[in-house]
Amino acid sequence: MSKMDVTRRGVLKTGAVAGGGLLLPTYLRAASHEGFTNAPTGDTVTLGFNVPQTGPYADEGADELRAFELAVEHLNGGGDGGMLQTFSSKALQGNGILGKKVQFVTGDTQTKSDAARASAKSMIEKDGAIMISGGSSSGVAVAVQGLCQEAGVIFMAGLTHSNDTTGKDKKANGFRHMFNAYMSAAALAPVLSKLYGNDRRAYHLTADYTWGWTQQESIQAATEALGWQTVNNVLTPLAATDFSSYIAPVLNSGADVLVLNHYGGNMINSLTAAVQFGLREKQVNGKNFEIVVPLYSELMAKGAGSNIKGIVGSQNWDWKLENQMGAAYAGTNAFVKSFGEKFGFPPSQAAQTCYAQTILYADAVARAGSFNPCAVVEALEGFEFDGLGNGKTLYRKDDHQCFKDVLVVRGAENPANEYELVEIVEVTPTEQVTYAPDHPMFAGGALGTCNPGA
Amino acid sequence: MFGLNKKDTSLLLVVAVLTLCAPFILNPFPTDSGMAQFNAGYPDLMQRFVIFGIFAVGFNILFGLTGYLSFGHAAFLGVGSYSAVWMFKLLSMNVLPAIILSVIVAGLFALLIGFVSLRRSGIYFSILTLAFAQMSFNLAYSVLTPITNGETGLQLTLDDPRILGVSATADGSIPVTSLFGLEMRSTYEMAVGGWNFQFSAGYYLCAIIMLISFYIAVRIFRSPFGLMLRAVKCNQNRMRYTGLNTRPYTLAAFVISGMYAGLAGGLMASMDPLAGAERMQWTASGEVVLMTILGGAGTLIGPVLGAGFIKYFENIFSKINDNVLHQWFSWLPDGLEDFVVFVIHPFIGKGWALTLGLLFMAVVIFLPGGLVEGGQRLRNVFSRDKAKDDGTHAPKSHPAE
Repeated sequence: MSKMDVTRRGVLKTGAVAGGGLLLPTYLRAASHEGFTNAPTGDTVTLGFNVPQTGPYADEGADELRAFELAVEHLNGGGDGGMLQTFSSKALQGNGILGKKVQFVTGDTQTKSDAARASAKSMIEKDGAIMISGGSSSGVAVAVQGLCQEAGVIFMAGLTHSNDTTGKDKKANGFRHMFNAYMSAAALAPVLSKLYGNDRRAYHLTADYTWGWTQQESIQAATEALGWQTVNNVLTPLAATDFSSYIAPVLNSGADVLVLNHYGGNMINSLTAAVQFGLREKQVNGKNFEIVVPLYSELMAKGAGSNIKGIVGSQNWDWKLENQMGAAYAGTNAFVKSFGEKFGFPPSQAAQTCYAQTILYADAVARAGSFNPCAVVEALEGFEFDGLGNGKTLYRKDDHQCFKDVLVVRGAENPANEYELVEIVEVTPTEQVTYAPDHPMFAGGALGTCNPGA
Repeated sequence: MFGLNKKDTSLLLVVAVLTLCAPFILNPFPTDSGMAQFNAGYPDLMQRFVIFGIFAVGFNILFGLTGYLSFGHAAFLGVGSYSAVWMFKLLSMNVLPAIILSVIVAGLFALLIGFVSLRRSGIYFSILTLAFAQMSFNLAYSVLTPITNGETGLQLTLDDPRILGVSATADGSIPVTSLFGLEMRSTYEMAVGGWNFQFSAGYYLCAIIMLISFYIAVRIFRSPFGLMLRAVKCNQNRMRYTGLNTRPYTLAAFVISGMYAGLAGGLMASMDPLAGAERMQWTASGEVVLMTILGGAGTLIGPVLGAGFIKYFENIFSKINDNVLHQWFSWLPDGLEDFVVFVIHPFIGKGWALTLGLLFMAVVIFLPGGLVEGGQRLRNVFSRDKAKDDGTHAPKSHPAE
């Protein structure tokens, strides 16, 4: 039998230990803090850059890290200053933020919500990061944004395109510079109508998480408004690498347009599979079969190679923007120049949005005169700026979403060099992609109030 | 004490001291020093250490005692997390009901899976559990999206009912998890010289629960029930021939270890109210197997050590980047510095898994008994010297099981 002798001494000992254990939390509870989480004390301030270094979005993550590195260099007065020269707000002096030298820590989100939160937590708790930025997946962005709201630090979203980030999952401490799925759909619809007509049958392949869902919903709504029909919507796992089993059913579905709601490595693989199945040479319903990739990037075009030629999509920004569309997009060339000089190739849209977010945060702190998250939120809400490469931009107060022009792009037929794989079809003005804050696709959440933490 | 023999009592006390003093032990370097990179004494990582410790201790009850290698334990962890988060969404932000529900749900789930899987043993059992876990993962990932929120992960929102609590706090934010008002995230910071020690309420809750689970595991290991499980591992056929039905014993062990996993999942959600489907993926199941083998299967303390070891690598090594390396080696001449950084680069940052893999191979090849065997060998080296002094043979040490 198991030993269970109850002795007086044993009971006393057990009681003492158990009591100590119970008292401990009460003792700990006495802790309280002044001010806000991770208030910088020395002559430095730490920012946390949390990007995917592994997984389907690793290429984007690598480019984001480059942009962060460049932004920190410029904030500390190094290099040629990049977009700081063209930025409409002149609060930044090139001496760090409020005179404190900017340092940064990096982490790997692994494109998984859990890992991303662990990484962000270690930045906040261990490294004392006052702002977290990055993320190349909306699922991760939403998860980390929630964490930052709880912890009381600012989250400057990087590459996240889901409606939910500033829709039903919006948070007072979170801000997004990137455009969203609704804007993509609003910008793409007229172009799709012009190119492919109003009588089309669309088949959607959709990455199975918040971004895929909202993008599919947005595109479906916009194309059905044109008169298109939606044949089917198939959800594919984010971790999938082989899409042939998803492409095969498209052939016999009677659809004549394939919409790939995929990004990064996913899109490269699914597009390649689609081209290998001969979809692009196919004739259905007397029309050429077409493929649409609503969210696009140079990095994906590079990965997909010649398969991308002629395929239409939308972008937040492109490095050729200022050269082709004029000085309204000032900042683009300055950024491309300093990025190109440092790394030897032009930046992607992921890099631009992360760079802009870092500068915007630093500028908001400088204008507010404080690192307190609530002061920063106040400085960013309703902030209008120019000169960060996207033209005139507004940070809307209602949902912390940036409103700016959207690019409709197409894979170049005869690229002049390996960096001009994407050509700009047109620039959709801000008014056409603006929506009401209570639009049904964005309803259901609330910003809450800013949280300065402890 | 606690009805344990002297050796087990001292083991329990050692574990208790280690866990309760973890904020000191894991923070050996001053915050400003270059070595601060290797400090692990921040709440999130310490919580992970003890939570995965619980997970591994529970896994060891099944694997270490009965020898049944389950490749699907992450499913119970995930189920526990989901139940806890649903509790936060529907009932209140108190962690106690959430943890209790997660243990119960994981136990029921384990009963179901165990009932089917334990009809086979050996590799077939492993494959069955793996299949069940992968099935649960896929269900959580796509089919059951309304319950699990798929890839995005189940999260709290402002419009959750929380019938015994509040949907939103007065200032319009989501309430935080607490134990009768003691917030899990509240942290007391103690600055001593260059050091900054953090004592987190959440960590101490996890630590105390871990000590209790560890104690229960010790009692199970020492009980007649534990002996029966070990007999199953030795020779199940012989037990059957003596007319004994082993299945109730193995099923009980399976359910207990499933409940441990559920407890770990519930605690994870209590520390950070989010449940993602990837918690149930087969890689997560594989991780706990690695933890147990790395630390020493069948030993009491081994799985806890293994859990700490793996989590340390995942969180600390993955954060060393080239910038940090350049800082460390800036005293070298330029060309040499770049070369050294180039050589180390594949092993840090996103290459942390490679380093861990190499260490795992080294442990399995040179210390088949895991880290515990390493500790024993060290102790033997010292005790042998002592033995020579007084001319007697040191008693042969057994694994601390």
